[in-house]
Amino acid sequence: MTPQLAIFFVLATLAVLGALSLIFQRHPIHSALSLIVVMIALAGLYLLMGAEFVAAVQIIVYGGAIMVLFVFVIMLLNAGVEERTNVSKLAGVAGIPLAVALLGFLAAAIARSNESAQAGLQSGALANTKEISTMLFREFVYPFELTSFLILVAILGAIVLAQREKS
Amino acid sequence: MSAFLTANANLIIIFVKIALLLFIVLTVNAYLTWFERKVVAHMQSRWGPHRVGPHGLLQPLADGAKFLLKEDPTPAGVDRFTYFLAPLMALALALTSIAIIPFGPQPLHLFGHDITLGIADLNIGILALFAITALSVYGVALAGWSSNSKYPLLGGLRSSAQMVSYELALTMSVVGVLLLAGSFNLRDIINAQAHHPERGIFGWNVWPQILGFFCFFVAAVAETNRVPFDLPEAESELVAGFHTEYASFKFAMFFIAEYTSMITVSCLCTIMFFGGWLSPFPASWTFTHYLPSLILIPFGLWVIWDGIRYETIFGRIILPGVGTAITAIGAVLIVFPAVNEFVQGPFWLLAKIFVFLFVYVWMRGTLPRFRYDQLMAFGWKLLLPVSIANVVITAFAILKWGAR
Repeated sequence: MTPQLAIFFVLATLAVLGALSLIFQRHPIHSALSLIVVMIALAGLYLLMGAEFVAAVQIIVYGGAIMVLFVFVIMLLNAGVEERTNVSKLAGVAGIPLAVALLGFLAAAIARSNESAQAGLQSGALANTKEISTMLFREFVYPFELTSFLILVAILGAIVLAQREKS
Repeated sequence: MSAFLTANANLIIIFVKIALLLFIVLTVNAYLTWFERKVVAHMQSRWGPHRVGPHGLLQPLADGAKFLLKEDPTPAGVDRFTYFLAPLMALALALTSIAIIPFGPQPLHLFGHDITLGIADLNIGILALFAITALSVYGVALAGWSSNSKYPLLGGLRSSAQMVSYELALTMSVVGVLLLAGSFNLRDIINAQAHHPERGIFGWNVWPQILGFFCFFVAAVAETNRVPFDLPEAESELVAGFHTEYASFKFAMFFIAEYTSMITVSCLCTIMFFGGWLSPFPASWTFTHYLPSLILIPFGLWVIWDGIRYETIFGRIILPGVGTAITAIGAVLIVFPAVNEFVQGPFWLLAKIFVFLFVYVWMRGTLPRFRYDQLMAFGWKLLLPVSIANVVITAFAILKWGAR
């Protein structure tokens, strides 16, 4: 077992455990903390692939900014321990089979694309920040600008909703 | 044994470096508290600590012993896991960020190995630092929440709002420097300031990036929760803010984390805007290489002179000893030119870091605290627009005249 593989399994276990704990924790803050663990484990996986920039941005944006807002809102609302309810009928009838189907589909897709995907992962083609920015602003400039426009619309919507009514 | 040593030499070097850096940083932390108390005291016409050891020099040791020996009660109703996690997170993240700082240009040749000064030389150096800063909000926020008490909760809320707001300005203000250097690596950022060695101090980033430096320093002070941005622990409103319910060594962990992040911010200011280890004089002025000795020897002699007249016997023994050691280091630098050459980089870096630490203390002794709405207005309405304007201006200037 190479050191890389060992680190991969440690990080992957951490991510899966964090995700499970996110669902099963009963307090919102503990769930948020578990989500942070997942984010950081994912950043570690990106680092393992040689994508340093993406790893750092993952921690700054998701681990830092977004999750801080989650924690902030939970603290501000002083949300208490959630109550366990019986599983709803819809979840039993539709949710669980759909989840199993999705899992099977993903597993099949990963099992089928064994070599090409792995080669793409190990090349470290996205390691260089310059290459990433060149790609973003030359080849994918329209999707990129469209995404930022979408985010701008969301921000404007939030401002409109949060604004006090002028009467 | 020796086979094991040679096979794992790099690993051993890294571990020794980490242990050494931790020791140095924690010692500097301890004496930073002494320095702060002494300087603020003199600004307020007091003496500051002077009972424990000569000039109060053993006060940090006494404080440390007190932190370790105090009772450590856990208040009822706290969220135990988070309550214990918060100080650990604060301390661990603050100490991790120091690992990315490079401390000198040339590697040290020792036992046939090149030992670089600094632990991790990352391609994404500055981004990694921001990632650590982004996470360090949790230490304060979780401490405030988990204490299950009103004042800490308010402190934690204030702190997370403040840190999220100022992180934007902090990140944007650095972009100008990154554009000039074309790299995230801290060594590259310093080397980019050395393209015109004859300009000396005028080649540093602080001149073209004066706006960026202003935004960065203000935002960084806010990130470290120091005066005038220390609202999370405003004692007149919130008792002690987020660490009200913490005692003994858990409190000390927050304390050490705060001082460590002060050191990190000083290092960053030095590296990104003030040329890091570059000398402020033109490179051809080789006589300035004697400056370290020129400072160390008179300072050592003054310590000896002060020591032999000191009130206590203990001081009359310790102070002349310390003075002799300082003078000897200065003399060694004159006698061995190779050592002197090696010391130049670290000397300038540490001197600049010391100036920034003094500025921190100076601000604490001078400035009153912001009001909360002023704090938010300042961050969002002044710092953020100015830092974005700085990015735009820098980008256009580079487009027109090139990075150098």
